[in-house]
Amino acid sequence: METLEHILLQPFRSIAETPMFFLEVLIGGLMSGVMYALVALGFVLIFKASGVFNFAQGAMVLFAALFFVGFLELGWPVWLAVAGSVVVMVALAFAIERVVLRPLVNQPPIILFMATIGITFFLDGFGQTIWGSDVRRLDVGIPTTPLIVGDLYINQFDLFAAVICGLLVTVLALFFQFTPTGRALRAVADDHQAAMSVGIPLNVIWTIVWSVAGLVGLVAGVMWGSKLGVQFNLSLIALKALPVLILGGFTSVPGAIVGGLLVGAGEKVAEVFWGPLVGGAVEDWFAYVLALLFLLVRPQGLFGERIIERV
Amino acid sequence: MTWKSLSLGLAAGAMVLAALPELSAAQEKVQFIPSLVYRTGPYGPNGEPFANGVADYYNLVNERDGGINGVRIMFEECDTQYNNDKGVECYERLKNKGPTGAAIFSPLSTGITYALIERALADKIPIFSMGYGRTDAAYGRVFPHVFTVPASYWSQATSIIQYIGAQEGGMDKLKGKKIALVYHDSAYGKEPITTLQKLKDMFGYELSLFAVAHPGLEQKATWLEIGRRLRPNWVVMWGWGVMNSTAIKEAAAVGYPMERFIGNWWSGSENDVKPAGDAAIGYKSANFHGAGADWPVHRDIFTYLYDKGKGAGQRDRVGEVLYNRGIANAVIVTEAIRTAQAMYGARPLTGWEVRDGFEKLDLTAERLKELGLEGFMQPIKVTCEDHEGGGPVYIQQWDGKKWQRISDWIPPMRDVVWPMMVESATAYAKEKGIALRDCPQG
Repeated sequence: METLEHILLQPFRSIAETPMFFLEVLIGGLMSGVMYALVALGFVLIFKASGVFNFAQGAMVLFAALFFVGFLELGWPVWLAVAGSVVVMVALAFAIERVVLRPLVNQPPIILFMATIGITFFLDGFGQTIWGSDVRRLDVGIPTTPLIVGDLYINQFDLFAAVICGLLVTVLALFFQFTPTGRALRAVADDHQAAMSVGIPLNVIWTIVWSVAGLVGLVAGVMWGSKLGVQFNLSLIALKALPVLILGGFTSVPGAIVGGLLVGAGEKVAEVFWGPLVGGAVEDWFAYVLALLFLLVRPQGLFGERIIERV
Repeated sequence: MTWKSLSLGLAAGAMVLAALPELSAAQEKVQFIPSLVYRTGPYGPNGEPFANGVADYYNLVNERDGGINGVRIMFEECDTQYNNDKGVECYERLKNKGPTGAAIFSPLSTGITYALIERALADKIPIFSMGYGRTDAAYGRVFPHVFTVPASYWSQATSIIQYIGAQEGGMDKLKGKKIALVYHDSAYGKEPITTLQKLKDMFGYELSLFAVAHPGLEQKATWLEIGRRLRPNWVVMWGWGVMNSTAIKEAAAVGYPMERFIGNWWSGSENDVKPAGDAAIGYKSANFHGAGADWPVHRDIFTYLYDKGKGAGQRDRVGEVLYNRGIANAVIVTEAIRTAQAMYGARPLTGWEVRDGFEKLDLTAERLKELGLEGFMQPIKVTCEDHEGGGPVYIQQWDGKKWQRISDWIPPMRDVVWPMMVESATAYAKEKGIALRDCPQG
């Protein structure tokens, strides 16, 4: 009885006693969720256009950040470093399409998934071979001091990241809805063969979508790199994006955002108010438990397309 | 001659050529020392400077002195990626290398140390876990082959609490103060908890524990709780890798004062503070050896290695905290071998002979001066019973550019931790059915 009270009542009492603190945790969690969504977006883009779960998205985040910070260290101005990194990511997309994807057209999705695991190892090793494995500081001028609104502490860095993410989603939404390329991407996503039959070149579309995922990876890499320093661990943040994808759905850009917010807010509130009951460190697995529960109820995620297979 | 016999001949020739280095190693009087490192993986950035320090010191001994009393050091790295499975694999691969097998293993990971303790005893190879590993293994009567000099986590925890006490105006002033421990949720991170709880009972402070899951990329919830609700007087951190710099940034983001934030010796390198930028200024950590490249040993490293293009890493990173820790590790190993040579002769030694030497190690201030390390670390004396030596630590502070020493050497509370070590090790011996070996008194 006492244990039940501890788990079911005590945390809520604590929330009621410290509402401002709860609000801070909630806002902090939502902001973290935005950062997760940044990574999840790259997965969604590629899955939407090709049905491939790109295991290498985390490695692409690290790869892009390594080149960006490497160019900055060479003394390049920021705009040139951005341009150089964009060129690298587009070139990477070309190379992946030509060397990995094209020979595997018409292979089952699991083969393409395995290929992306191979890409992960290659990118992790290649990026660090060129730039080394040291921790690199990345400062793009985003303020890190706390912003105090009334009695609320808000992390300025996270606020900045939320704005960047919002802009990125808006640009992607406009790109998908209102450009011929965007329409072609959606057509390929709906049905490969139908899209090809009306003259949409699959290879070009794949190159474009991997390029866009690379650019999203660059933004995520710069934001996470500014937060943690550019280092091997950046590739591990992909693990944070997985539950986000399960919650939001693998094919929905808004789903990635909402999933990110849910995971971010949920894990922070759980860590602070429920964590002490089980010795802490719950935020890492909480997101996965949440995702597991979601899989039982709504396997396609909040905004994902319902898969109906007739046999 | 047929193709078959030609190719067989070529294959045989290639095998002979491949075996030549081993043969020449046996003839050349070399001592094989395996080097378990991690230059790759999530903790690679921290493993690399340590590995470079070790490699540079062994190469220096070979280049400058022609080896240890004429016995050249042959070392081979094996990358564990800080992963227990890989660590055991590396151990198995390297334990029989060289003319007399592995002299000693430094696992460079608490988890790998735990995994190797029983294997190494069966293979009669000593384990040197410097500043990490199983704390109670310092009790030589139960663990004859494990050495934890110069200090263990438990000793370090007592030194940090003494520093905090001194800052508060005396140990009696700790009563009622709030101290938070932020720790890596692993065997390593949990090591100081028992000691801190024991000291809590003695001095009356409140202790709050915050576990951070590997690798520690996200700690916002922890630091909101610490900085906005608990507001402790002091925060102690037992972190590693990216967890450290993330913690420093998050602490700054909730306005927690860096002057009251103390990391252990694995949370106080350049890699921990530089990514955090100005937010890290004022952050403190414990250390048991010098920081910087101002000792005569560094001068020799530049002269004999880097000036000749033989350095293991980058010249401008010589003297970083973790690089210097690698030097400290290599110095203790070579001095233990030198001590063993005094007992058995200047020849390649077996692991168990090196163990005997390690147990007689007496690294005096005079000897440290001869090695170009005066003031770099405190003298070390190992005995049959005490494999830790109870070394002191000091507190350093990051000024934005380099680490500054801000305290004297702080000896641990041996009267508190030594009985705990003996009790814990004895319980282990009872559980495993190990008979306590006799150690001569005095």
